[in-house]
Amino acid sequence: MNGFLDRVLGRVKLGGWLAVVAPLIAVVFAVLITSVVLLAAGKDPVLAFTTLADYGTQPRSMAMILNTGVMYYISALAVAVGFRMNLFNIGVDGQYRLAAVIAAGLGGAAVVPGVLNIVLVIVVAVVVGALWAAIAGLLRVYRGVSEVISTIMLNAIATGLGSWLVSEHFGVLTGNDLGTRPIPDDAHMPGIPLIAGTPVLVNGFIVVAVLLGIAYWVVLNRTRFGFELRATGKSESAAVASGVSVKKMIVVTMVMSGAVAGLIGMPELLGASYKYSNNFPAGLGFTGIAIALLGRNNPVGMAVGALLWSFLDNSSNQLQLLDISKEIVQIMQGVVVLSVIIAYELVHRYRIVAEQRRVSRELAAPQEAPKAEAAA
Amino acid sequence: MKILYGMQRPDEGEIRVNGAPVGFHTPADAIAAGIGMVHQHFMLADNLTVLENVVLGSEPRRGGLALDFAAARKKIKEISDAYGLGVRPDVPVEDLGVGDRQRVEILKVLYRGARILILDEPTAVLVPHEVDELFDNLRGLVREGLTILFISHKLDEVLRVADEITVIRRGTTVATVNPRDVTSRKLAELMVGSELPSPETRESTVTDVVALSVRDLTVRTGDGRPVVDNVSFDIHKGEVLGIAGVEGNGQAELVEAIMGMRPCEAGALTLAGADISQWSTLKRRAGGIGYIPEDRHRHGLLLESPLWENRILGHQTRRPNIRGPWIDRAGARADTRRIVEEYDVRTPGIDVDAATLSGGNQQKLIVGREMSGHPVLLIASHPTRGVDIGAQAAIWDHLRTARAAGLAVLLISADLDELIGLSDTLKVILRGRIVADVDPANVTPEQLGSAMTGAGEETV
Repeated sequence: MNGFLDRVLGRVKLGGWLAVVAPLIAVVFAVLITSVVLLAAGKDPVLAFTTLADYGTQPRSMAMILNTGVMYYISALAVAVGFRMNLFNIGVDGQYRLAAVIAAGLGGAAVVPGVLNIVLVIVVAVVVGALWAAIAGLLRVYRGVSEVISTIMLNAIATGLGSWLVSEHFGVLTGNDLGTRPIPDDAHMPGIPLIAGTPVLVNGFIVVAVLLGIAYWVVLNRTRFGFELRATGKSESAAVASGVSVKKMIVVTMVMSGAVAGLIGMPELLGASYKYSNNFPAGLGFTGIAIALLGRNNPVGMAVGALLWSFLDNSSNQLQLLDISKEIVQIMQGVVVLSVIIAYELVHRYRIVAEQRRVSRELAAPQEAPKAEAAA
Repeated sequence: MKILYGMQRPDEGEIRVNGAPVGFHTPADAIAAGIGMVHQHFMLADNLTVLENVVLGSEPRRGGLALDFAAARKKIKEISDAYGLGVRPDVPVEDLGVGDRQRVEILKVLYRGARILILDEPTAVLVPHEVDELFDNLRGLVREGLTILFISHKLDEVLRVADEITVIRRGTTVATVNPRDVTSRKLAELMVGSELPSPETRESTVTDVVALSVRDLTVRTGDGRPVVDNVSFDIHKGEVLGIAGVEGNGQAELVEAIMGMRPCEAGALTLAGADISQWSTLKRRAGGIGYIPEDRHRHGLLLESPLWENRILGHQTRRPNIRGPWIDRAGARADTRRIVEEYDVRTPGIDVDAATLSGGNQQKLIVGREMSGHPVLLIASHPTRGVDIGAQAAIWDHLRTARAAGLAVLLISADLDELIGLSDTLKVILRGRIVADVDPANVTPEQLGSAMTGAGEETV
């Protein structure tokens, strides 16, 4: 009885359409705030936004937005796995950078030829990311160290370890740039000519990102493991009473999050720069946290968030042509995340109250009917 | 008690302090009216000194910003000397014993100007000589004109320290008596109720097949104190074993130990002949233990998940919820509909969140879930707490039916109607020990009351 129509009409879950409305409101709100800031700085907000939009709809920019978005999306997935269990893996940043350094070093050494090298690089990256994250998981389980603290510290250690590996072991100097030996041509991830009208290819890892998104949804929503993970996230006490081993779940979730984090650097390493150097993108782990919040850990929501974020990042340089500081984009990104969180919380509270009212109304109705009959 | 301290609002009625009606919205209002509360669980920061703990939240200022520790130390000294508390202000709280900590708590409320003190089970954590010291302190406070509200389950203590005793049972005042006029036996009878329900006449379905056997089960707290002490019993198929006792005497810990949620030392723990003492909670559940938890919101439900997902909770390894590693949505949903139907869970559908149902309907869903999959043993911890009368009767019926079908039930309750009405065998727990075996068919209130409250330690 509670079929499709009920859901469309919002009879079953008000969450349906409100879930879309909330982020929209948030984006509109962020545009308003940014406009106020622009006006205060004496700039024309309409011109600024049309410039951004113009740039963002050109084929070349769209391909670039997709390419950056792929990395952002994988990062958001890595963070979201932990979020669903109330684990805050702040260490995605260190996990992907360390994974990329070691994978780049091995890939550059070209131990195996061609496609095998691609596979080797990816597997090494996943394993390194997983192991690095496992440290935080084990510390939490056996020593009660908050994963927030330990992963932040592990980020710092990963930075140092990475620099040491590059300078002492994997490094070659090309001009002024110290980096790992480039991965040979036969082990490059092929690009896809996805967008017409531009020679810029879309990174082949977009396929991996989409598959990861689907896997994330399936594992969390359709498997016993995912059920236990979500149950632990919603109520640890209920999970314990139901026989879920919370300690095991913490370690496994942390390892999964780290394994996905290991993949974040792969589009860049195997599809763009082919080596790890000082120019390798940094801070993607923190972008992932923002996007996971923005997309509310929902695989589609995070994809939209990753593209929005990537669009803002890629087109921010255009603002400098208008003599507007590109940092205005960061203000906008910050406001979007904050307002999304607030908007969702308000919508969520509204939904619970509305649903309780609806349940009591529906239950009251049939009980009144017999009384009316008796009266008649 | 929570209302008196402003933590909850009353639905009706009024509170008068010194004759003037007051309305508290927060504990701060209560403190302003001169009411202070000493909680059963101390609320002290271990790594701070006594002085710092006492002033925390109402620090004396000097020149707007700086803390005036000298003035605070002087005031604490004055209060401590005036009431003979003997508190040393500069010792870190972590170095203090339990009795000293309690005195710090008392000083804390006095420092805030309280003239009326509420003490919630203050002796629960104390050893006998500390209790004596506490009582001396309390008499000192009363001599100085303070009013003390002393809440306790322990009759001998109430009789020793109180000037007037009010007995509350199930939220209503039963009697107000003068301690010189009553015996602890009489008081116990008031607490239990003078008329016990008579068990319904019915066929005994008790068989001689043991479903759960517990031998020498002991559970210790972090500091090694036993909260469940050498408990042994057998539950047979078709038997309801009731555990009576004032709350907080180890019932919760006993249940959690049997469920494998809490480490314990056990001589033996066997379920239908299999040693389960090393099994995980999940394995014990899969092995045939159904569990109706005491606190359904914390342990029984995912409040923000739909009913059909709650059907899976605790049964996530078994059909019809699971097929291999996959959730069987169709199976779980169909079975949830069955439970809703058979157990009369009033809900518009199985896609609403558990939080939207009333307590009684949430509990019926849990009972239905835990009865599924043919359990060998059902642990029912306060199964009808906080549910309406209709749901209560329905849950009792379900328990009786299941018992007739050969289910063994461990029933923990504070509700004597429930215990006497359902149990085939009744045991009384006090301070973690089974202190009495009672025949529910012909027990008297005096017997049950004295066993439950420790008024007389004899076996009935």
